[in-house]
Formats: sequence, structure tokens, C-alpha cells
Amino acid sequence: MTIPIHYFLVLAAALFAIGAVGFLVRRNLLVLLMSIELMLNAVNLTLVAFNRLHPANHSGQILAFFVIAIAAAEAAVGLAIILAFFRLRGTVRSDEATALKN
Amino acid sequence: MTKMQTLEWAFFAIAALLTLGGAIATVATARPIRCAMGLLTTILGICGCYLMLHAEFLATIQLIVYAGAVVILFIFVVMLLGSAATSPADGKPAFSRYLSAGIFLACVLGAGGLMMRLAAEKTKPLTVPAVQASYGTIEKIGRELFTEKVIPFELTGALLLVAVVGALAVGRGKQTDPTRRLSEANGEEEA
Repeated sequence: MTIPIHYFLVLAAALFAIGAVGFLVRRNLLVLLMSIELMLNAVNLTLVAFNRLHPANHSGQILAFFVIAIAAAEAAVGLAIILAFFRLRGTVRSDEATALKN
Repeated sequence: MTKMQTLEWAFFAIAALLTLGGAIATVATARPIRCAMGLLTTILGICGCYLMLHAEFLATIQLIVYAGAVVILFIFVVMLLGSAATSPADGKPAFSRYLSAGIFLACVLGAGGLMMRLAAEKTKPLTVPAVQASYGTIEKIGRELFTEKVIPFELTGALLLVAVVGALAVGRGKQTDPTRRLSEANGEEEA
């Protein structure tokens, strides 16, 4: 492969940064969950890139596989929570989640 | 540069462009359905990166699980919520949010720049070792998954089961409504 591995690592870092900034700036709960997915994808890309650098076993790829499974579970539970929150408040703005305030 | 190398660079450029463009669309567009489409674009770009990194099995899983299940689930919820999914005041976050996001972005950009410099300074760059053609295929990964990593695999299955039950329990919508009662009680006191 001609492309050095650090190109993938920097791409993953940029992706993680975009996801984290989105998570910090946005207020829509749905978009927050999507930002989390972006960050998980960035971590997966890092794992696979480092595994390509040390191809003796497939530990990185298998860890990425587990991360994908857990991300799917997280999305399912998170979306269920968003639906319950929407039933409660009639909106999906994260600012409205103040039940535990005070 | 041979023709093959040019092709590889072009493929990487397209994958990186899809990834970053989709990510920016995900966090920057106002409508959640466009955010979901941005997420889909990112996932396709990452899938291309996996293919370049000899992770064919993961690329398939990425397409099936992410593009086929997670994004569709997001779109289902966006459609279910309808116009309520777009919150009107989403465009004007507080200053502190921008500040924290800016600090984080500066840190990551600094780290990325340092990494590029390190990689450029090294006399011998990180060489990517050659791998067998079977690396990253379903046979190799399956053998490793069901021998060395069988316990995490089973635990992941249990976690998925618990997540499905939890999602059903949370999403069913027969919970009591503590905050609404509380606010109603407050309202009565005020009245």
C-alpha cells in the first residue's frame, strides 16, 4: 500500500474532532446521537489503521467489530430514550432536559 | 508514481472527502434528515478506508450494520417526530459551547499537525507491512473471534439482548410521568 498509515490516523482524528465539536455545539438530541456515532467511527478507523500496521493478528479489527455492535445497541437505546423524552416534553432539544436540575 | 499508486491516492482522496464532507454535513446542517444523510456519507467513506486497509469483513459489517440499520433507525425516528425533530433555536448555541468546542478543535488540530510533522521528520516513515491476501477476511477473523475472543463475543451478544429489552422497555411509553405531575402540582400551588 502506498498511502502511509498516518494519513488514516489524521483523517480519523479530524473525524473525531468534528464529531466532538458537533456534540458540544448542537442542541438537537438526534444530532447529538449522530455526533456520537461519528466519534465511534473515528475510533474504529484508528483501530483498523493500527491493526494494518501490526498485522500479526486481528485484534484491532475484532475490537472495531465489538465497537460497531455496541454502537448499534447504543443507538437503539438512545433513540428509545429520545422518543420517551419527546413524549414527556414534546421537543427534542437537549436544553429541555431539566428533570434532574435543582 | 505508477498508475496503481495514482489510483490508490485517488481512491483515498475520494474516501477522505466523503468522510469529512459527510461529517461536516452531519454536524452543520439544521434539518435532522440531512444530518442523517451526512452520517450515511461518512459511513460510506469509512467503508472505503476499511477496504484500503485490508479490512474487507469490517467494510461489509460497516455497510450492513451502520448504513443498513443504524442510519435507517435514525431516519425512522426523524420521520416519526416529523417537524418536531427540527428544533427552531438550534442555530444559536451559547457562547460557552462555542468556546469549549473551539478549545477542543484547537487541541485536535495541534495534535494532528504535530503528528504530520513527526511523520515527515522521521527518516524512515511508518512503513506499512505487506500482508497475506487472507488478512482481514471472514475466515481469519472468524477463527480468531471464536477461539481467543469467544468470551467478549458472547458478552456482546448478551449486551445486545439487554439493549433490545431496554429499548423496548424505554420506548413502550407506559411510564409514569413524574415531571409533568410535578409541574402541574407547582402550577396549582402558584394558582
